[in-house]
Amino acid sequence: MVLFNTTLPYLLSGISVGGQYALIAIGYTMVYGILRLINFAHADVFMVSALCMVYAVTTFQIPLYIAIPLVVALTVLLGFAIERVAYRPLRSAPRMSVMVSAIAVSYTLQNLALYITGGLNKNYPSIPWLSDSITVLEATTKRVTVVTPFLTIALVVILVMFIQRTKIGTAMRAVAKDFETSRLMGIKVDSVISMTFIIGSFLAGIGSMLFFTNYPGVIPTAGAMPGMKAFVAAVFGGIGSIPGAVLGGFVIGICESLIKGLDTILVNTGLLQSPLELATFSDAFTFVLLILILVFKPTGLLGEKIADKV
Amino acid sequence: MRKFLTILFACMLVLTLFAGCGGNSGNDQGAADDGDTDLPIVRIGVFEPQSGDNGAGGKQEILGMQYANVVTPTVDIAGTTYEVVLEYADNQSANDKAPSAAQTLISKGCSIVLGSYGSGVSIAASDTFKDAGMPVVGVTCTNPAVTAGNSHYFRICFLDPFQGTVLANFAKDQFKASKAYCLAKLGDDYSGGLCNFFMDAFGEANCRYEMFPEGTNDYSTYVANAKAYGADVFFSPVSTEAAALIIDQVASQGLDMPILAGDTWDSNVILNAAKGKNVEIFVTTFYQEGGAPSFDAGIKNWINSDATAKANNGGDDMIAAVSAMGYDAYYLALEALKVAGSTKPGDVLAILGGVTYDGVSGAIAFDTVNGDAVRSVAFVKRCDTSSGEWVFIKQQGVN
Amino acid sequence: MENKRIQNLTSVVFLLALFALVIFLEQVIKPTDTMAMLLTVTKKSAVYALVAVSMNLLNGFTGLFSLGQAGFMLMGAYTYAIFTIESERRDSVYYYFDQVVNVSLPETLGGALGSVGWLVGVLLAIILGGLVAAGVAYLIGFPVLRLKSDYLAIATLGFAEIIRAIFQWRMLGPVTNAANPLKSYVRLSDFKIGTGDAAINISTFVAVLLAVVCIGIIVMLINSSYGRAFKAIREDEVAAEAMGINLYKHKQIAFCISSFFAGVGGAMLAMFANTVQANNFKSNMTFEILLIVVLGGIGSVSGSCIAAVFFIFASEWWLRGLDSGRFLGIFAPGIFRNGFRLVIFSVGIMLVILFFRRGLMGDKELPYYVKWIKDKLTTQKPKAGEANG
Repeated sequence: MVLFNTTLPYLLSGISVGGQYALIAIGYTMVYGILRLINFAHADVFMVSALCMVYAVTTFQIPLYIAIPLVVALTVLLGFAIERVAYRPLRSAPRMSVMVSAIAVSYTLQNLALYITGGLNKNYPSIPWLSDSITVLEATTKRVTVVTPFLTIALVVILVMFIQRTKIGTAMRAVAKDFETSRLMGIKVDSVISMTFIIGSFLAGIGSMLFFTNYPGVIPTAGAMPGMKAFVAAVFGGIGSIPGAVLGGFVIGICESLIKGLDTILVNTGLLQSPLELATFSDAFTFVLLILILVFKPTGLLGEKIADKV
Repeated sequence: MRKFLTILFACMLVLTLFAGCGGNSGNDQGAADDGDTDLPIVRIGVFEPQSGDNGAGGKQEILGMQYANVVTPTVDIAGTTYEVVLEYADNQSANDKAPSAAQTLISKGCSIVLGSYGSGVSIAASDTFKDAGMPVVGVTCTNPAVTAGNSHYFRICFLDPFQGTVLANFAKDQFKASKAYCLAKLGDDYSGGLCNFFMDAFGEANCRYEMFPEGTNDYSTYVANAKAYGADVFFSPVSTEAAALIIDQVASQGLDMPILAGDTWDSNVILNAAKGKNVEIFVTTFYQEGGAPSFDAGIKNWINSDATAKANNGGDDMIAAVSAMGYDAYYLALEALKVAGSTKPGDVLAILGGVTYDGVSGAIAFDTVNGDAVRSVAFVKRCDTSSGEWVFIKQQGVN
Repeated sequence: MENKRIQNLTSVVFLLALFALVIFLEQVIKPTDTMAMLLTVTKKSAVYALVAVSMNLLNGFTGLFSLGQAGFMLMGAYTYAIFTIESERRDSVYYYFDQVVNVSLPETLGGALGSVGWLVGVLLAIILGGLVAAGVAYLIGFPVLRLKSDYLAIATLGFAEIIRAIFQWRMLGPVTNAANPLKSYVRLSDFKIGTGDAAINISTFVAVLLAVVCIGIIVMLINSSYGRAFKAIREDEVAAEAMGINLYKHKQIAFCISSFFAGVGGAMLAMFANTVQANNFKSNMTFEILLIVVLGGIGSVSGSCIAAVFFIFASEWWLRGLDSGRFLGIFAPGIFRNGFRLVIFSVGIMLVILFFRRGLMGDKELPYYVKWIKDKLTTQKPKAGEANG
């Protein structure tokens, strides 16, 4: 019981963070599934989305009910534009060039944000209802913490249905399976790829809203760490697999949160005499998980086996 | 064609190399047109973060210097009137960017350098200044390692061993605290150092010390740790960027303990973050608004008349202690130039240790050991969350 | 054969001229001159050139996409710093811990052998830094080198982050000083001939010399039979294996050697930067180096060197005016404010990547282009003569 009581707050925050990672991870996993590209810029799209929200509400005084859809639309536009400008011209180039292009886009977005904000922390506007404090099983937290996992799962169910049932969803699956053949079959590969970026950015926009309502400081590098972890979540769950990305997101989120609280949990339950400062490894542990999964099950938890092509 | 382009590119590269050199030396000769007058120029380097974690604080510190520069734009050195020009270099709150920012100031021909907000960058750039024989006056870098063991770095603020002890005593006296939770940023000399000195004074056995890595957004787990530890006070002297997030988490988790912090928290960023929330915040600081009424009125006027300054101050005219310190540092630098009777860094360095100045934050004199300011008292303030203002509590010394 | 000899001779002459120029400039320029920035950026470029070439050995010549560079540099930097900190200032460095390592190689050897011993001590510490990085690379290689392309990239990136966290762990404080910076070790500016005011500063020369020697060794390796095996692996792993090349062994060799020089580069970065802190060796550093490699041309050593110089000079020096209100004589503080430099810089990189896909040099080396220009000029001469006639 002591164990449960001490662990509960960490589990709660882990599930919440995990939900946000999951939303970002879907963007990574879909793009990787189709283009075999680690879209490093995705994390910065997430950050730019938050900045748009800040400026929309504080500078332009746009009411929230307009600002929210507007910001999501802008985020989608940004994701779409990045693909057009930075990735499409390099479609025939070696994979490393495309990945470097992604890094360069990420670098550009961060520096642009640095220039516009002047390097200062921007306070994310609080969204009523979502930012209220509530009490769950004696642990006090923001409502968004509780809402996030449910919203994530709902969105994912819709997305999976979209991919399974609709024509464009089928096209996406086809392109992910075999790029060249689907082109031969008459699928407009370019528009399928655009669609992938649109969906990924849409979810990043929603994820950004949930994330920054919970942790309301926006700085130019705010996307970097969540982005990196979301990517690890995507690999962990099996890259290309949407349920995998969600599972990965929750696993990574909960592990991270538990590592941060591990000292306290161990000391309070009497398993450890003095703290070991394990919180230092909260970020690194994510990568430990990554390497373990890559070594023992390279396709991830729910990924499909990819045949080695010669 | 591709080869041709490559050659062209290479030629451009070589050309820019020369252009770069030429452009820079041109700058040097045309130096006089930096100013508005025909007076000769003396340059004071401003080595401050304008971006990154400490960007907000660095900008507020610069504001004090800029205001002082507006009030007193000239200085008489050995019978000649010089126009004072502030030269800026952004150290980006990053230790690895600090040396080249420092080098920029040195090559711009500064006579003396002021800064920085944040101790890590000061330590990192220290040797670069030392090699060039450049005198530096730390404005609010409170870590002892900044001035220890060198003869070119001075400072006008109090030190962390002092501030840590003051805060520990305050925690024990005011709240009868027996357990403290200390939270610092990994690799940050300021918060890490201050936490260590706080724990030394408070008793390490009664403290839980944790550090969060750079780029942390989620502080909820740390707040939960403090709660589970059963601490009486939450000590977290971190940068204001992180502070805003911590306050938010403390409020939403309903953590029922006072938060203590050092001088960085004396900022309107904290007031804005805490306004209307159920938190109790106490800070130690260098200067209490209202301490020097004419300075207060003057700088408020200036901030309100200058849109950029107001934006850099976080959008209102609340005076941060670091601005007052920046103001004093500027005048101290002028004093040093006057005493030295020269604009050569070497001459200024030779006499800097003996320079004294009576500033808005109190009398400033350097001790002979490390060139630290002789200060024995700190101001303790509480954040009034309903009005969003600082309330003066008391002056506290070590005893 | 004759050609080869001329080429080698040209390289030697070129390098000697470079050294002479560096030594000359170092004596002429005083630290307070405007041009002093030239020396600072030259030192940093030397470090980055070495690290970029070591990354190119792996990414460009062996076709292993690794992003662990920052982690290996970190280990090199820490090892170097720990073993060269002045013994009397150790207490002020390890302020919060009781240090365990209490050996300063330059001091110990310097005490026994004078200034030669000091130099040997410094070199030993640098090599030790490289060896530690290579040793860890060897261990990491077991699980990681079996992975393919992107997976290898993220796994190495992950290891770099894990290494960084381990070095920051407070339990290791007595060795690594935890997350606090290390300082008071032997720095580049400690390299002087003579003492007092008459001392001749050779810090830039030392940096350039070290980088040139290390890059020279890498070039020799690339031109050896190992280098040819690496290239075969890059072109086609299956074919290379069929030719009798032991894939795993050669990948392991390339990985360790690349890490060794990354470690040496890290040690040099430590010497340049005056302080070492784990926090500075983030994945951004790896990305910067990767950009240099790509800008210079994947698989071109001279490309990496030129790109490193260009990258560092531009970001640290030429474009600084963009941040402070005045650039190329244009005064516009509203636009040229803080951060503009980085925006222009990153947009520039973006353009190069999009329109200059294969980088500055492609996979060719500098002599190739020199020869190409020569050919072009000789073929054009008769034409010019005709026009005149």
